[in-house]
Amino acid sequence: MTGPVSMRAFVEWLAGTQGSIALVESLHMYPLIETTHVLTLMLFLGTLAIVDLRLLGALFTRVPVSEVTARVLPFTVAGFALMIITGLLLFYAIPVRTYESIWFRIKVILMVAAGINAWLFHRRVKRDRALWDGWERPPLGARLSAGTSLGLWAGVIVTGRMIAYNWFDCDRQPQPDFINWAAGCVVTMAELSQ
Amino acid sequence: MSGIDWLLLFEQAETTGLGRIIRESMWLFPVIQSGHLIGLASLGGSVLAVDLRLLGLIFRDQPVAAVMRTARPWFFASLGLMFATGIPLFLSEAVKCYFNTSFWVKMIALVTAIAFVLAVRNPLLGTQHTLAASRPAVNLLIGIASMGLWLTVAAAGRWIGFS
Repeated sequence: MTGPVSMRAFVEWLAGTQGSIALVESLHMYPLIETTHVLTLMLFLGTLAIVDLRLLGALFTRVPVSEVTARVLPFTVAGFALMIITGLLLFYAIPVRTYESIWFRIKVILMVAAGINAWLFHRRVKRDRALWDGWERPPLGARLSAGTSLGLWAGVIVTGRMIAYNWFDCDRQPQPDFINWAAGCVVTMAELSQ
Repeated sequence: MSGIDWLLLFEQAETTGLGRIIRESMWLFPVIQSGHLIGLASLGGSVLAVDLRLLGLIFRDQPVAAVMRTARPWFFASLGLMFATGIPLFLSEAVKCYFNTSFWVKMIALVTAIAFVLAVRNPLLGTQHTLAASRPAVNLLIGIASMGLWLTVAAAGRWIGFS
């Protein structure tokens, strides 16, 4: 179990760095970064929804898929970059609690799943796109991929919002064993006997 | 406006059954808020689909009116989700909202944004059926104004929670 142990050491080290302390204690920077993170939902997932709804055959069906992706995805990528930058800064400000958040962990899993889904789409589904590029209703594989994308990212929004709530925080014991295991809580004997 | 006792109205809003149920539940507020954020992403997409077209950045081969027509049901569905989740959130903490400057900024920006879309953007540009009819400078201004208004609504909305 060197992986989780060294990750914990890393986040504990991160929490002690000057930048992290300055950020979490700042009156304006933290809320500004958090607001940017939330508002970027409109750019990142809004434009991704344009692409996914086109792939589902729900909207903009007269525009070829390749034209939608070529024009719209650069905005999605820009939004994603802004999300990652602001998200990393938010993690940097509150590293240990976020690392131990069950919601953050589920969010990361959902994001990895969304990434794999996008990678599969580009690798496999897109290969024969020339055949169905102009179809109003793309083939099942493309529609499944788009639906999966929308569902996973909706899950990312929900779990992301929940990180702010401390119901399952490690410092609120007793928690169910499953929570302590999944959140990687280090529970002391004193807390256990409470 | 001055004839209305807003505080009394907001106090009454907070005593509604729905407001009380949300206030007394640990889960309901964040769950509804998550729906509100999903609505925000969706609304962003429906607004940007039209505004980025007005800026000439996407759907260049489509007439503005055609893009607007396609995006309209999506926009209203997103707005519907925002109201369906936003009103219960408001009911659960109406008095807090009354004393919250960000809330009033958001409401004024929201009314302005909806009025701008329905009374200015859509009537002015929704009838251009050919690419040739579009005037880039006007399109650009309207697109930027629309994005600015919705961004203000969203930013003020987030700020309700900070103040």
